[in-house]
Amino acid sequence: MKTVTLTLTNPSELYIEGQNVTPDNFAGKKAAEIAALDVWEGKQKGPLGKYFTVEGDGGATAEETKIVLRGDCTRVKRIGQQMTAGEIVIEGNADMYIGGWMKGGKVHVKGNVDSFCGIGMEGGELIVDGNAGHHLGSSPRGEWRGMQGGVIRVAGNAGNDTATFINGGTIVIGGDADIHISTHGEGGTVIVKGNARGRVGGQMVKGDIYVYGTIENPLPGFSMVDEVEQEVDGETARFVHYIGDLGERHPVSRGKTVYANLYTRL
Amino acid sequence: MPKRVENVGCPYCGVCCDDLVVTVSDDGKQILEVENACAIGNQIFHHATGSERVKLPRLRQPDGTYKDISYDEAVDYAAKVLYNAKKPLIYGFGSTNCEGMAAAAKVAERAGAVLDNCASICHGSSFLAIFDNGYPSCTLGETKNRADVIVYWGANPAHAHPRHMSRYSIFPRGFFTGKGQKSRKIIVIDPRHTDTAQVADIHLQVKQGHDYELFDAFRAVVRGHEIPEEVAGIKREQILEVAAIMKKARFGTIFYGMGLCHSDGRNHNVDIAISLTRDLNDYTKWTIMAMRGHYNITGPGAVWSWQYGFPYCLDLTKKDIAHMNPGETSSVDLAMRDEVDAFINIGTDAGAHFPIEAVKHLRKHPWITIDPNICMASEISDLHIPVGIVGVEVPGIVYRMDNVPIQYRKVIDPPEGVISDEELFERIHQRLSELEAEEAAKEQAKVTPEGVRAESEP
Repeated sequence: MKTVTLTLTNPSELYIEGQNVTPDNFAGKKAAEIAALDVWEGKQKGPLGKYFTVEGDGGATAEETKIVLRGDCTRVKRIGQQMTAGEIVIEGNADMYIGGWMKGGKVHVKGNVDSFCGIGMEGGELIVDGNAGHHLGSSPRGEWRGMQGGVIRVAGNAGNDTATFINGGTIVIGGDADIHISTHGEGGTVIVKGNARGRVGGQMVKGDIYVYGTIENPLPGFSMVDEVEQEVDGETARFVHYIGDLGERHPVSRGKTVYANLYTRL
Repeated sequence: MPKRVENVGCPYCGVCCDDLVVTVSDDGKQILEVENACAIGNQIFHHATGSERVKLPRLRQPDGTYKDISYDEAVDYAAKVLYNAKKPLIYGFGSTNCEGMAAAAKVAERAGAVLDNCASICHGSSFLAIFDNGYPSCTLGETKNRADVIVYWGANPAHAHPRHMSRYSIFPRGFFTGKGQKSRKIIVIDPRHTDTAQVADIHLQVKQGHDYELFDAFRAVVRGHEIPEEVAGIKREQILEVAAIMKKARFGTIFYGMGLCHSDGRNHNVDIAISLTRDLNDYTKWTIMAMRGHYNITGPGAVWSWQYGFPYCLDLTKKDIAHMNPGETSSVDLAMRDEVDAFINIGTDAGAHFPIEAVKHLRKHPWITIDPNICMASEISDLHIPVGIVGVEVPGIVYRMDNVPIQYRKVIDPPEGVISDEELFERIHQRLSELEAEEAAKEQAKVTPEGVRAESEP
């Protein structure tokens, strides 16, 4: 695997849109060619090299390409957007859409990320050591087929609207989550290891949610059915099992109505 | 003889009353009387001729005062600001006509700007819900003629849309609703005991910010499930009672307002309201409608959706791609995150409506206000360009809150020399094109054209 190191040496006045910073785009390119790739600052299109110093060449394919971003990328959007393979390591914070629409590979952010990270995700792995903003692993506006697959792990807290319209894949939040988890969900799993503020599983059709802490405002559309022992994220624990959202439509499979499941830890 | 102009549209709220009668003086310069309008609509007409108007663009001077300049100079200034900015923001359009909005969109596209309207801080969340969940709506005429159950959820038309209740929802006698108010059930759901709640048959005083839970309870009840004893501060019996009324209605309409759009969850509150409306259609006919604020705030949604496919928060910085994602491309977020470097405020007052932090960020960069009147935004601007008042001095098409287009007319001429929003934006567009052409010509001179050089004469 070959490593390309980007260091933000000349920060932008506005935000940079770095959708070209993916192993797919860097593969097969020399450092100078990578520095010539387009990034946007508002309506101005400029070469990547205007803001970043580029060291190292890309690998032959995306799988063999690793990108390391240094410097303060708080004002850089869309890193790893639509990537299919390879690896990206962001040493500090990053802005919006990190790992958005990604299909494969791995993104590791050592700091915090802003909103819309991992939206429309289909595969791969997005790991955030800090906090994530709103709309984590959510669906893009107006899209009723949300996250399809892949794994998102956030060590810290997440904002609101996590996993809207989730269809598959797993999201693990180490800390607390704000309102709206898996709204309109039709599959997938969301695990909140801290507390959730409310509206957990609203309008949810199918899928699973685990909340280890408390839910400040539980929805009236969820009804307790039993207590179960389950293995979640590598550990076994007892949970109270609710089904819902009873207000929403639910499919019938083999003569039985399929509900979404909400588990709160005992 | 003073002239009476009939069937005039009112440039105040989204109800777009089109039955006003305006009496104009002999010389056509004074508005003497306005009939049928509410107190606020009345004031808009009288303000046009009864107060001192700004008649020339005003440019901020180094000493902080304004100096009058010509429209040509103002157009040049605005075009240069847009041309030089990396990401300008053009925001407003609550109070102008569709022609002006289309012209502004042309400018935004040429300038590579972000184009946004007041829905961004108002009913924009309704758009998001409509994208996600559809919009089982109707026209106000259908409500008037058919509805026997009306729900106002988080809306207070008694103050915000003064003639809504009398023209369309509670009081009018329609084709199938000949008994007027007597044949209608009115349900108001609001944390406050508003003046609208005063005329309601049932007022549910929902706990502030917990509308989503209450909707969820209604949906569970409509589907025949048990709910807890109390949800969002409302007793189970009351929820069951209201749900029964809704299911038994012949035709119902849910009118919702800022109570849903401005409390936690925003688009999700509207989203679940739409889901409830859909559920109720398993039993009877139910519709839902956003109580749009300004008389033509539905307009930009219609015009720009036709032009670009999106109703608001349009990022046109890539020029040939329109990108929309509120939260990123919405005006207040752009301002708070310091993501734009020029601001045009048109037909609204961002100075009064935006959070102060957002205003402070925007003030770091050039700020242009286009508005007939002096407002908070015009007083902190670098340039204030006055325009004619749509519906009073400028005719044009506006969209009512139920997406019905109405042709507005003018009753008097604008003050001498004052132009319309449409003309102003057309002129800015013209100047922008000239600036681009000048820049393109410079580049031609810089680059040596490729080709074989001619042999020099021996």
